[in-house]
Amino acid sequence: MQDFSSAFSLAFSLIFNADADLMEIIGLSLSVSFSAVFVAVIIGFPLGAVTAVVRFPGRQVLAVILNALMGLPPVVVGLLVYLVISRAGPLGWMNLLYSPTAMIIAQSILITPIIAALTRQVIEDLHKEYDEQLRSFCVPISCVVVTLIWDARYSLLTVVLAGFGRAIAEVGAVIVVGGNIDHLTRVMTTAIALETSKGDLALALALGIILLVLALSINAAAYILRGSAQRSAYA
Amino acid sequence: MRRPIFYVVALNDQLMPEFMLKSERQSSSLLPLVVQNLSFRVGEKLLLDNINTTVSSTGVSVVLGANGAGKSLFVRLLHGLLKSEQPAIQWNGQMLDLAIRKRQALVFQKPVLLRRSVAANIDFVLTRFIFRRKTAHFIQQRNAVLHEAGLFDQRNQPARLLSGGEQQRLALARALATEPEVLILDEPTASLDAATTFQIETRLEQARDKGIKIFLVTHDIAQARRLADDVMFMHGGRLIGHSTSNEFFNHPSSEQAKAYLEGRLLF
Repeated sequence: MQDFSSAFSLAFSLIFNADADLMEIIGLSLSVSFSAVFVAVIIGFPLGAVTAVVRFPGRQVLAVILNALMGLPPVVVGLLVYLVISRAGPLGWMNLLYSPTAMIIAQSILITPIIAALTRQVIEDLHKEYDEQLRSFCVPISCVVVTLIWDARYSLLTVVLAGFGRAIAEVGAVIVVGGNIDHLTRVMTTAIALETSKGDLALALALGIILLVLALSINAAAYILRGSAQRSAYA
Repeated sequence: MRRPIFYVVALNDQLMPEFMLKSERQSSSLLPLVVQNLSFRVGEKLLLDNINTTVSSTGVSVVLGANGAGKSLFVRLLHGLLKSEQPAIQWNGQMLDLAIRKRQALVFQKPVLLRRSVAANIDFVLTRFIFRRKTAHFIQQRNAVLHEAGLFDQRNQPARLLSGGEQQRLALARALATEPEVLILDEPTASLDAATTFQIETRLEQARDKGIKIFLVTHDIAQARRLADDVMFMHGGRLIGHSTSNEFFNHPSSEQAKAYLEGRLLF
């Protein structure tokens, strides 16, 4: 119990003194996760919206696959990305293994299906409401997709957050392709795992607290934004 | 003979006209409307049964009938939101296509407003139908539309926070902003009070006076009396009669029409 309380006090001291190692790990975690979310949004929003709006052969199959891929095991994704970007893999010449880029790729693969599947659901609901009106305006399908994404923007914020939550908390894939290398690919989750195994609970706890605070802050911000949008009838 | 439509691909913004009115793109009237052997079924159920009629006159054509008569279905087919089994609708000798649909506007019973401000709802159609770019003239036109609808002061409010009557006025203003040649309305005043109904009807009369052909679906006999130039009476998915307003109200030709006008229950 004493160890636990001393670990807590150490953790707070690291946070309040803005420990350089700690800040580096947090910075890398955020940049990797935000980059992965950005990539996933660029792919997932249009993919989800098109799956919701456009009738094409295999649409239902794609929707089922997207839903199924939401539960992709991170370690398996890490392994697959590892096989592709390792020296012997098809993209080995790009020297991506054990780099932040590799971690972004792995996280993007993990969260793109989440963003796409949830986007499909949000857009499908809005499309039911707008469909006849937009067709009566003879709006082309590309414009329908853009209109729906724009008008569903506050709902889609929750989707983005779900993706970000998955990315920032992810361990399995990033440790396989990133390697948890100090000052290069060490992020909060991999550092927590490592420091815990080493018995350095202070840093692990400090990172854990920050991870929790980050997750809570982002969700609270989204909740407030969405709530105010709903009160204004935009969402 | 219809004039071909030429779209200019601008290589330079300076070459692009600020706006292009629909009237400059299309000048021919969409009338007459000829409906021949129009049927519509869902599965085995026949919802519209062999409708035949011709509409040549401008003004307001009221589609009248009880609930379930097929009125809404009929006007959705006229506008091309639904497709019949066989091509059965001709506007001025042309089969219904996208170009013709763009010259029409449809207002629904329950207004479907974008999750945007009042002004942005008007902007949405202006940028698609009238203007190529948002210029000072664009803003002027939008403000004029909002003034005409009596919604200028609410222009920055979220459209979906307007009252039911204001929402329907906005939906009508948005439809008229597309400068349609044909305006189709599906029971636009069904859930509105008398004052708002009066405002909507006044706007419709103004539109009619500008030469816009109006198809109005209603089951409100009093409204039909006020607005109709001709009446299409529907019952059970069939067009029972199509006559001038005077003929229909003074000498209804069918038993169903007589019963409907007398307020008797129709089955």
